[in-house]
Amino acid sequence: MARRHHALSRHLTLAALALLPVAVLSVFFVLPVSGMIARGFWPEGSFDPGGVLDVLRRPRVHRVLWFTVWSSASATALAVLLGVPTAYVLHRLRIPGRSVVRAALLVPFVLPTVVVGVAFRELFGESGPLAFLGLEGTALGIIAALVFFNVAVVVRAVGAAWESLDRRPGEAAAALGASPWQVWWTVTLPALRPALVSAASVVFLFCATAFGVVLTMGGLRYATVETEIYLLTTQLLDLQAAAALSVLQLVVVVGLLLVAARTRATPSGGTARVTAPAQRVRVRDLPALSVASFTLLLVGLPIGTLVAGSLTVDGSWSLDNFRKLTTKGDNDALLVPVTDALGTSLRTAFDATWISLTLGLLVAVVVTRRSRSRAERRVRGLLDGFFMLPLGVSAVTLGFGFLITLDRPPLELRDSPMLVPIAQALVALPLVVRTIVPVLAGIDDRQRQAAASLGASPLRAVLTVDVPAVWKPLLAASGFAFAASLGEFGATSFLVREQEPTVPVVIFRLLGHPGADNYGMALAASVVLAATTAIVMLAVERLRVPTIGAV
Amino acid sequence: MAELKQAAALSVRGLTVAYDGQDAVDDVSLDLPAGEVLAVLGPSGCGKSTLLRAIAGLEEPESGSILFDGADLVGVPTHRRGFALMFQDGQLFGHQSVAENVGYPLRLRRTPRTEVRARVAELLELVGLPDHADRRPDTLSGGERQRVALARALAVSPRLLLLDEPLSALDKTLRERLAAELRDILATAGTTALLVTHDHDEAFTVAGRMALMRAGRIVQEGPIEEVWAQPADPDAARFLGYARVLDGAAADRVLTTAGLPTGAAVALRRSALTVSDDGPLAGIVVASRVTPEQLRLEVDVPDLGVLDAVAPLGTHTAGAGEQVRLNVDRTRLAAIPVD
Repeated sequence: MARRHHALSRHLTLAALALLPVAVLSVFFVLPVSGMIARGFWPEGSFDPGGVLDVLRRPRVHRVLWFTVWSSASATALAVLLGVPTAYVLHRLRIPGRSVVRAALLVPFVLPTVVVGVAFRELFGESGPLAFLGLEGTALGIIAALVFFNVAVVVRAVGAAWESLDRRPGEAAAALGASPWQVWWTVTLPALRPALVSAASVVFLFCATAFGVVLTMGGLRYATVETEIYLLTTQLLDLQAAAALSVLQLVVVVGLLLVAARTRATPSGGTARVTAPAQRVRVRDLPALSVASFTLLLVGLPIGTLVAGSLTVDGSWSLDNFRKLTTKGDNDALLVPVTDALGTSLRTAFDATWISLTLGLLVAVVVTRRSRSRAERRVRGLLDGFFMLPLGVSAVTLGFGFLITLDRPPLELRDSPMLVPIAQALVALPLVVRTIVPVLAGIDDRQRQAAASLGASPLRAVLTVDVPAVWKPLLAASGFAFAASLGEFGATSFLVREQEPTVPVVIFRLLGHPGADNYGMALAASVVLAATTAIVMLAVERLRVPTIGAV
Repeated sequence: MAELKQAAALSVRGLTVAYDGQDAVDDVSLDLPAGEVLAVLGPSGCGKSTLLRAIAGLEEPESGSILFDGADLVGVPTHRRGFALMFQDGQLFGHQSVAENVGYPLRLRRTPRTEVRARVAELLELVGLPDHADRRPDTLSGGERQRVALARALAVSPRLLLLDEPLSALDKTLRERLAAELRDILATAGTTALLVTHDHDEAFTVAGRMALMRAGRIVQEGPIEEVWAQPADPDAARFLGYARVLDGAAADRVLTTAGLPTGAAVALRRSALTVSDDGPLAGIVVASRVTPEQLRLEVDVPDLGVLDAVAPLGTHTAGAGEQVRLNVDRTRLAAIPVD
């Protein structure tokens, strides 16, 4: 009796912890997404899968799919080719100021997508420094922007793995007569493969679901599945086609997430993380150094051009673009001044942060507790995967799903000010979970057992063992969630209330209105947003949490 | 002189614990009198750690009971059992200093600060690390870490100390020295302790009682000399460090030579056969090796097969192929009853 009761109360505690995140994700994620999908399969209230299949036969859909796949694949390949040598230089070589460079590299990853689009337009556009390349509005331009975005993911994931790599197998191989190149090929690369595959699959995912970049750079000529869903829902009102593409995307994403989960590097056990000391730069590092320089150029140039553009009015330096941020733009392009939008953005990001942090922490605790049976382990695995879903589902699908499912009682939330923060929190949730889970999972459960055997209550054991390990990653995760939410555009563009736009929405609107002043204001607003994000990320980098960004 | 029959402090009855759907501990019963140290000895995977964890309250038993001083512990959470558990690798808290680690259980019990400080100093003295109070765990050697873990486990004088392979992670010399120290420290503190190990030397040095465990069951239990002198079966004998086990006609011949009744299997220690010119057994040396104490031989005895034997250093230079005679030392073999 007592025994049953004991096991039951343990399960009840965990179920209670899981209840809130599961409920939130069900109402604000599963419901909207399935509502959106249902519109496609039940167009007139009756089941009609044929229509969905018809959509998949359209030549334009084929073109969109093909473009999505090949642009994402090439961007991923490029990000890996640039990222691995850069990871080596920034994580294994003794380079002055490398921690600052590492932090700077992280900025593009959290930069608002719209800002990146603007930056690349500046770079490749008529008066841009790289205009001669003729890349404006080309597929290559979009791929460059996608690489700009994601190279940091590869650098961080591979760099962290490289730092904690046991050097002895490589030394053993060298002692057996392997050349440096053979050591790399036969020992180092296989050891890095889990981190590499995991990073590549995540980058592919980000590229394939990229929205703001493609929308601002590709226009109508180059559409990916994500922008096509946007186009179909907002412009053409062809919900059936949009639903078909959403389902397709969901299937591909779930498959990719499974691959990523399989190959995810297992965190090395807690306290004993070895970090190999950095090496002196040698002549044979020259190729890696030049690739790393190119990566830095790729990351630095668009940002530099953006900043320069924002400081230029009619060909001369001026702060006018920034001064105009207190106005509503030429011909009242906006309903509120940009400065108001910045306030809204910060408030929204703050709310999104605490929501995603609360949910993420609960999820992380539930999925990392030691399972006592196989069934329990499976349930935890499923939960873990469940909360990764927002990572891959089109933010556009999510945003539009909100609109069509949460608009009537009992869930009439259409005008709730919490709608945008909740949507942003869901988008940031996987990042939060992925940052905290490895830390909690890396704590040897025997630490808690040792505390318990010495007389510590479960709560006290958590305070002794978990809290000291997790508070820094938690702080880093909140910075990450804050930055992600500041830049979120896909879902926000649907849900935002007319009178309370966020900065990315305002930038997009300014770009859509003619007038040099409006364009200059868009640049200035982009710089402000990028600077805010960069400051948050620099603070995060100072915390030195290794797993950040390694999804 | 009257032998006081002590009541068992820890008493395990019919305990079965499943781990991943299989019975890791299968119907185990054992008793541990207060103030004694019991070693549960068994190969890896025999369920000894699961048994320890169940006693600590970290695994839920399928059936059976765990009693301490007569009270059933099933359902009592780990932190209310008043035990202390020491792991193979110590599991010190990395963010706390040595003194903070040792004082941790005292702070949990809201001991006044001056008292904590005095007790911590006393404990660090006991484990031989009086100057290490302010060190961080990651600056300690493996042996030092285990000493700190021991001090932490002893801090509040637990009514039962559970030790999970406490010395296995250390190298041989250190292990032997620490085992002897551990015995003295436990004896000084009068601690009732249960030690789980796969190393019979460690068990002999630290414990007074021994339980042999195999495939989830206790095969033999008793005072250490008894278990040692009378292994329950051939496998037990091998695990206890006997070099060879003979049965049938070969066993009878050895037992007859030793002047013991026949009809049993016999377990031989390496030193059960010694080279002696008037020995009753004759054989041919197959291999020989010099060790610091003695000359170790492998001798092929007709009808018995290859057996281990020893000779004092310097008396013989028996090389391979040489004929030798062997004496049987009856104090260095054990007859194992066959059923």
